[in-house]
Formats: sequence, C-alpha cells, structure tokens
Amino acid sequence: MRFPTDENVLVGLDRADDAGVYKVSDDLALIQTVDFFTPIVDDPYWFGQIAAANALSDVYAMGGVPKTAMNLVAFPAKDLGLDILRAIIQGGIDKLTEARVVLVGGHSIEDKELKYGLSVTGFVHPRRILTKKNLQASDRLILTKPLGTGIVNTAIKARMASDELTERVTRLMAALNRTAAHVMADFPVHACTDVTGFGLLGHLAEMVEGSGKSALISAGRVPIFPEAVELASMGLIPAGAYKNRDFRRAMVSFSPDVPLALQDILFDPQTSGGLLISIEATHAEPLLVALRDAGLETSAIIGEVLDDPAEQIVVVA
Amino acid sequence: MATTVDARGFSCPQPVLMTLEAIKKGSPQDLIVLVDTDTSKENVMRAAQSQGYTVQEVAPEGEGYRIQLVKG
Repeated sequence: MRFPTDENVLVGLDRADDAGVYKVSDDLALIQTVDFFTPIVDDPYWFGQIAAANALSDVYAMGGVPKTAMNLVAFPAKDLGLDILRAIIQGGIDKLTEARVVLVGGHSIEDKELKYGLSVTGFVHPRRILTKKNLQASDRLILTKPLGTGIVNTAIKARMASDELTERVTRLMAALNRTAAHVMADFPVHACTDVTGFGLLGHLAEMVEGSGKSALISAGRVPIFPEAVELASMGLIPAGAYKNRDFRRAMVSFSPDVPLALQDILFDPQTSGGLLISIEATHAEPLLVALRDAGLETSAIIGEVLDDPAEQIVVVA
Repeated sequence: MATTVDARGFSCPQPVLMTLEAIKKGSPQDLIVLVDTDTSKENVMRAAQSQGYTVQEVAPEGEGYRIQLVKG
C-alpha cells in the first residue's frame, strides 16, 4: 500500500512509531495520535481517565507536549444511561485538565458496544523527537511503570483480585506519563516508546528490530505488580499475552531460570503502561534517581543494549 | 472414572474458573478438561499445575484440545 505523504512528514507510516509527526516550521512539529477502546474497568469515571491517559501517552513517548484533544465516543444509548457517558467524559476531561490539554471537539456515534478514546495533538521541536529507532550499544533500558495490568484485569473479571489490588492497578493505568516525560526531557535520551498492547518484550522488539543491536533484560529487575506472579501461575493470562509471545518467538529467548509466570508477565499486554527509555549508560543512574525523586518510585533499570547485530532479546533471571 | 470439565464455548477466564472449581469440589485423581482455544489450553494447564496437578497429555480433539491431568 502507498500512503500519501510530503516532505514535512517527519515520522509517518513508512516507519510506524508511537505517533505521526509533521513539521510546521524549523522549530515546531505537530505530533498526532488517536486511541480508543472498550471499557477495561467497571467504573465509567475511571475508564474515562484511563482512556485519556492512554491516548496522551503516545505524545509523551515521542518527547512532545500534548496541547489539544478531541473525544471519540461510541455509545449504546438504548442500553446505557447518559449518566454513564457523562461520567466517562468527565473522567477524560479531568485527566486532560491534569495534563494541561484542552478539549476542542469530538464526535459520537450510536454503537452496540461502548467505546471511548481521544485523538491528541502535541508539539515537539523537530530536533527533539524521540522515536523507537535509535538504540545505541551499551545504553541502559529504563521502565517507568510496573507490569501486569492485563493479568490483573483478567483476575478482576474472574473476581479473583482484591478491591485493594483493583484500585492500585486502576490508579496506575490512569496515571499520566507526563511526569516521566518531563523528567526525561532534561536527559540525552536515545530512544523511547510506551508499553501497551504488545507487552514489554513486544515493544522492546519493535525498538530492536532494524536497530542492528540486541537487548539484554534482567527479569528480576523489571517492576511488576507482585500479585501478578501468582495470578499468572494460576492461568489468569489474557489471550494477548500468548499472541505477543508467539509473534516474537524467533526474537526472544529466556534463560531456563526465568520462571514461566515471569515470562508471561513480560509479554502481558498493558493498558496505559509506562515509558520504556533507552539512554547512554553514564546518564542512566541519574535519570533513574530523577524519576524516583519525581514520584515514580517503581521505575527501574531493567536491562541494556548489546552491540550484537543479531537483533535478539535475551532475558535472564 | 475421571472427572470431565467441558469448557468449550467459554472464553477466559471462565475455563480456568471451571477447572479450579472442579478441583476444589472433588479433588479428583484424574481430571479431563476440554477447551477450544490455545489461550484456554495454556491457562488451564497453568491453573491445574498451580493446584498440584500434572499434565499427562494434551491431545487435539475436534477444533480444540483434550487436556488430561493427574493429581500429584
């Protein structure tokens, strides 16, 4: 397929990244992204917040600042009360307000299945765009949010998650990647993406693919929801985790001492997951300290980039 | 006589819950679970193993799988 393009497209579909980037002038480019999904939590207000945090995340992952947003709504008005829709949109608005993003419009349609999300536009300096495709040998890899939201959400459906765990995971999914992006902006970051549906290893695979480098992950250092280990070993794993693993089978190898439950968690599809940052080794520790000082306490250095053109991901315990 | 759980037609996490329920209820020596997706197969195997069962055999059956489990 050939896509229409012009010389101002800085990041387009030819090298699909977290968002598209279009140059307006020598010191301004637009970042554009859109994301929407069906409810992942029961509470409509929290669903609205999570959907907004998730939609905004792609702009942060590109090194940009989100500025405007538009709602996308599909709503079964015959089956659900308008108070539910109002709560969803209020959740979205509150999250946008927190991110200092304005809502400038939107569109809604009648649909059998409820869906909500946003299209978001942000600004970035054309020379400060962060993409997935710039891993450098001996970079360290940093992850800013714990993994396991897909597994915990499956457990919630099975009524096997406590209220306390449900709330903790919900708050984390609704947490903006804004702070992480702010902190990261002061450091010479080489590459960045956000961890969502493909899971940590799926998104890392996108960074590794075509980079001429490989990556080493220390599974034991990866931040996770501790409860996810037991839930995964009980088989409360979403189909997406298995698809992610199958899709990247040729690229990812585990040392035998990485427990199966932990392997599953590394492929677990995340909703509104954290940023995965690749940064030169000497700056990694100061960035980690700055992230933790800013309140992102679970951030961790989880691995490194290897000078190995095989483009493989090796996971050790 | 083995206990059989027919979880075909159910999507996750239902097959896992049905398997755990059967184990909780009777703790059968032999347990057979029928599933119709790869995800259910993987999840049911993990669920049974977490409860001290061993996977004896996974055989294709119809459009799904027949998972044979034994306690211990």
